[in-house]
Amino acid sequence: MESIREALAEEMRRDPKVFVIGEDVGQYGGTFKATKGLVQEFGPERVIDSPLSENAIIGAATGAAIMGYRPVAEIMYMDFLNECSDQLINHLSKLHFMTGGKLKVPVVIRTQYSLGRNTGAQHSQFFPAFLMNTPGIMVAVPSTPADAKGLLKTAIRGSNPVLFVESAVLYASKGEVPEGEFLIHFGKADVKLEGSDVTVVAVSRMVKEAIAAANVLSSEGISIEVIDPRTLIPLDMETIVSSVKKTGRLVTAEDCVKTAGVGAEVIARTMELAMGHIEDVQRVASPDVPAPFSPPLQDAYMPGKNAIVETVKKMMRRSLTS
Amino acid sequence: MREMNNLPRDVQLSMYENMLKQRFLDEKVVELYKKGLIQGIAHPCLGQEAVAAGVIANLSREDLVVSNHRGHGHSLAKGVSERAMLSELLGKETGMCRGFGGSMHSSDMDCGVVFSTAIVGGGIPLAVGVALALKMDKKPNCVVCFFGDGACNTGAFHEGLNMAAVWRLPVVFVCENNQYAVSTPITKSTAGHIYLRGEGYGIPGQLVNGMKVLDVYEASSIAIARAKRGEGPTLIECETYRYTGHGPYDIGLDYRTQEEIDRWKSRDPIPSFEQKLISQNLATTQELQGIRDQVRRRVEEAVQFAQSSAYPPTKQLSDHVWAK
Repeated sequence: MESIREALAEEMRRDPKVFVIGEDVGQYGGTFKATKGLVQEFGPERVIDSPLSENAIIGAATGAAIMGYRPVAEIMYMDFLNECSDQLINHLSKLHFMTGGKLKVPVVIRTQYSLGRNTGAQHSQFFPAFLMNTPGIMVAVPSTPADAKGLLKTAIRGSNPVLFVESAVLYASKGEVPEGEFLIHFGKADVKLEGSDVTVVAVSRMVKEAIAAANVLSSEGISIEVIDPRTLIPLDMETIVSSVKKTGRLVTAEDCVKTAGVGAEVIARTMELAMGHIEDVQRVASPDVPAPFSPPLQDAYMPGKNAIVETVKKMMRRSLTS
Repeated sequence: MREMNNLPRDVQLSMYENMLKQRFLDEKVVELYKKGLIQGIAHPCLGQEAVAAGVIANLSREDLVVSNHRGHGHSLAKGVSERAMLSELLGKETGMCRGFGGSMHSSDMDCGVVFSTAIVGGGIPLAVGVALALKMDKKPNCVVCFFGDGACNTGAFHEGLNMAAVWRLPVVFVCENNQYAVSTPITKSTAGHIYLRGEGYGIPGQLVNGMKVLDVYEASSIAIARAKRGEGPTLIECETYRYTGHGPYDIGLDYRTQEEIDRWKSRDPIPSFEQKLISQNLATTQELQGIRDQVRRRVEEAVQFAQSSAYPPTKQLSDHVWAK
């Protein structure tokens, strides 16, 4: 969380056109405290508390961006993105295109998904794949504090709309963050762990789960390579394909629902680009079910380390018998 | 209406010319559409010209307009050239959006036309954002947002009006109430009065005869001055009528009568204004005819230009998904 706050503050100091807008972002500091301290430093004109009007928040951010501003809008829960579908999908993502490249709309929309916090079906969903299916909006899904900071700064400085999806469960996580200025390019995956038997492309919260799975698997002599794409649009297929050419096996791991999720797209693209090199593909994802509330149901619902371990082991067994 | 009789001659003639531009261009759009030269959808504003002309006569080049699917008139009145508009309608690379947008998605920031959106009500939050930027920039300008009666029932309308009011933004909301949303009459869809809908948000409302360009001019001049003084938004409801159906392909007899159309046509804003200009010795018949001929020539020339322009090359198809 501090890394996100730092990124916002640094970019707001650097460029007076950057402003924050959202519900409860000012004095309250944001529902998850991402904007805590900002209104004290930058004032209420640059940290704008908005009425409860997601569609208008994104529309207003879009209008201001057309006029040269760089809004960073906060949508409290990813589920609420559905409130602003029209401005997000029909306007923001397509304005540059519809105007033949004349208008630029550098809006960053920060949101989070709360799967894991027992918040129920309307406050838990993670669906970046919806946005992968609508051209014109970039999608960042950081899994570490360093990645969050570097990607957010890049998003704010860019010329395109960005949906920046944080995992609320990861807000308390700690990690090394480089000193000083640093940016992370979009479309550059990070090999979080090198390995040789199976490529695991993991997204957001599942990156940590994949690394935990790697530790379990290595004690059984199986070595997995964990790749964190960091951005889904643009998606770094070069890194993924070069890994798959090495391992021959691909597992995708995500908090999305399985059908038409991120894994579906990653596997389809990998098959197109590396057909002769792949022996096996599997997706680890939430089942095609809304998120249940009851804690043991939620825990069973969420994919994690164990699901990745089981999937990889089955894959390796299939390999041995074939 | 007393001040309006002292309105300078050149302002009145400019409004007259603006109404003609809209009328002749959209008549041409109907013709080209029926010939298959304009593809897809286009929504003529025939009958509604006085609204754009009257409001926009109060605006400088630096003031901004957000428009809707029935927006050719708004863009033309704000200064977009006939050539840029017709080329866009024909999908040519010389169009104001290089042919990528078409009738309903247009933009020309040099003329202060931010965007026409095809999503009913979608322009309202955009206009709020534009007004927010103007206020943050401390500019002395305002933005006018045009939309129809249908838009007044969208969530975006209510969200946008509330936001503009609570932040006292320099935006004027102009509803062109042409009595129908596609085929649905306001009597069946719209509770209460549109111009009173802002009152719940503390936004003053004004009901205007949208067939009289001077009435529109007067009401909008007050609202625009309010906005520029930092007093916040106004909602103006202009009662008007479209002579075509929702699109250029019919005149809507499935849901309205010829008698009703004729009744509104007898209040056509253009001939009534011509008569006024002549009777008040502000212009002669010949002078007005001269303006008519000139505008018609420009529209014809723009059609030639658009027809002889090239389409954007297909290899440019993916060029504008991402900004550099």
